[in-house]
Amino acid sequence: MENRPLEYDYTVAKMFMLTTIILGIVGMAIGVFIAFELAFPGLNTVFGEGLAEYTNFSRLRPLHTDAVAFGFTVSGIFATWFYVGQRVLKVSMAESKFLMFIGKLQFWLYVIGVAAVVVSLFMGYTTSKEYAEFEWPIDIAIVVVWVLWGVSIFGLIGIRREKSLYISVWYYIATFLGVAMLYLFNNMEVPTMLATSPAGEGAIGDWMHSVSMYAGTNDALVQWWYGHNAVAFVFTVPIIAMIYYFLPKESGQAIYSYKLSLLSFWGLMFVYLWAGGHHLLFSTVPDWMQTMGSIFSVILILPSWGSAINMLLTMKGEWQQVAASPLIKFMVLASTFYMFSTLEGPIQAIKSVNAIAHFTDWIVGHVHDGTLGWVGFMIIAALYHMAPRVFKRELYSKSLMAAQFWIQTLGIVLYFTSMWIAGITQGMMWRAHDEFGNLAYSFIDTVDVLHPYYALRGTGGLLYLAGFFIFAYNIYKTWTSNKEVDAERLNASPMGA
Amino acid sequence: MDLNEFAAYGYFFLVVFLVVGLYSYIYHLYKNRKDATGVDYEHYSNMALHDDIDSTPVKPVSHEKEN
Repeated sequence: MENRPLEYDYTVAKMFMLTTIILGIVGMAIGVFIAFELAFPGLNTVFGEGLAEYTNFSRLRPLHTDAVAFGFTVSGIFATWFYVGQRVLKVSMAESKFLMFIGKLQFWLYVIGVAAVVVSLFMGYTTSKEYAEFEWPIDIAIVVVWVLWGVSIFGLIGIRREKSLYISVWYYIATFLGVAMLYLFNNMEVPTMLATSPAGEGAIGDWMHSVSMYAGTNDALVQWWYGHNAVAFVFTVPIIAMIYYFLPKESGQAIYSYKLSLLSFWGLMFVYLWAGGHHLLFSTVPDWMQTMGSIFSVILILPSWGSAINMLLTMKGEWQQVAASPLIKFMVLASTFYMFSTLEGPIQAIKSVNAIAHFTDWIVGHVHDGTLGWVGFMIIAALYHMAPRVFKRELYSKSLMAAQFWIQTLGIVLYFTSMWIAGITQGMMWRAHDEFGNLAYSFIDTVDVLHPYYALRGTGGLLYLAGFFIFAYNIYKTWTSNKEVDAERLNASPMGA
Repeated sequence: MDLNEFAAYGYFFLVVFLVVGLYSYIYHLYKNRKDATGVDYEHYSNMALHDDIDSTPVKPVSHEKEN
């Protein structure tokens, strides 16, 4: 066997980079389409009455959320893990045939799982639990994929050369454990085929339809413990893992305070799990639990800002890099949006604010400044940083990257400003009443007023999607370029004009 | 004391415990500056900055030392 020097092996990382981009396009395209459906309801039947069952808002909405969360974001998490994990542990996947096999198996099972999700949701199979719509056979497949990822994480840790675990690895481990716990508990379900009626007749149910093992308010509590912590362990924790690696690496700056990163980690772990109750304010869950949800949401500002400020201070004295490199711009704006949405969220969780905000578009705006600004930008930046190293090619175009940055930033601004105005308008109109307590407006009055903001929101989403196509094109051209470069030991990613 | 009251006390003391634990951790980190093995915490940032396959680990696993 020839005696080649050992190198990191990015095979599995590359595979997941591909699904990150493809599922990003799918999820965001559906999102833009349904945003315009809300503004122009005729689009619900634009492909004909016969297909309306598959193209209406309610059928497509879970496909949008699941594709961007469990497709785009989770693929991004896997892709960056198979890149960052090797590097900070200083061990190559090429050193273990077993881990390489597990990684590839995880990828292909994941692809099969995604296909099953897309088909089943389009066909209308759903558990009707938000972000947990998959029916039980798919849940089981997802658990298998997740366990395989765990084998990869702990397998790689087991053969590492670096004894200490870098802070990003802590966050990846927390992602793995957190999602495992949340997913198992919230998806406890029984196929209705097995649940016979009190009268005793059997086989009246369906194998592909299940009911939750929790009833009523308990089900709601478990659901939002899950739902909110899905935001924690899919949209926050692993994204912090990414920024703690990619920002210092790309800028060549050590983390401003490693101690602060450790502290913020434990703070986030302690606090986040208690905040889910804020989704159920003014509902039938016990009052103390609602208050607890509000209080923990406000406390959550501290560890969130601990990480975000740590990232911004990492750029201390190096702000010329932000001006010079669009890649750094993505990451600095990502951490700024992280600060922004982790301030906005606690404000919305305060009971008196929530009385106006709940069920309105302001919540949708909040989710999107977090996901588009923080999650999306960070994953895009991570893939841009990885591309020259995994493809061993110079990044195709710096100016395209800069154009993408500004187009997408404009898209996000249009998105959240329109949703702020729409949401607060909605909230105020729903509550308005005359001196006798009669409601001042009917629901359709609010719909009329909101139309321009819905159109603006769709436009914002369209700009973001356009930027994402530029991203996909830029990565594709990098992949197929002939400008070979060895970026393995560089900090700043090499980019063509 | 019924179950709810018990849970409320339990919850209160859990929160106190977590707050004390976290603040002690802050105090510990900033007072000692170094972990139990004598490595300055800030030094661990180098795990990201020097992450080539042949970079010297910040703290190698022990069997590497023997080689």
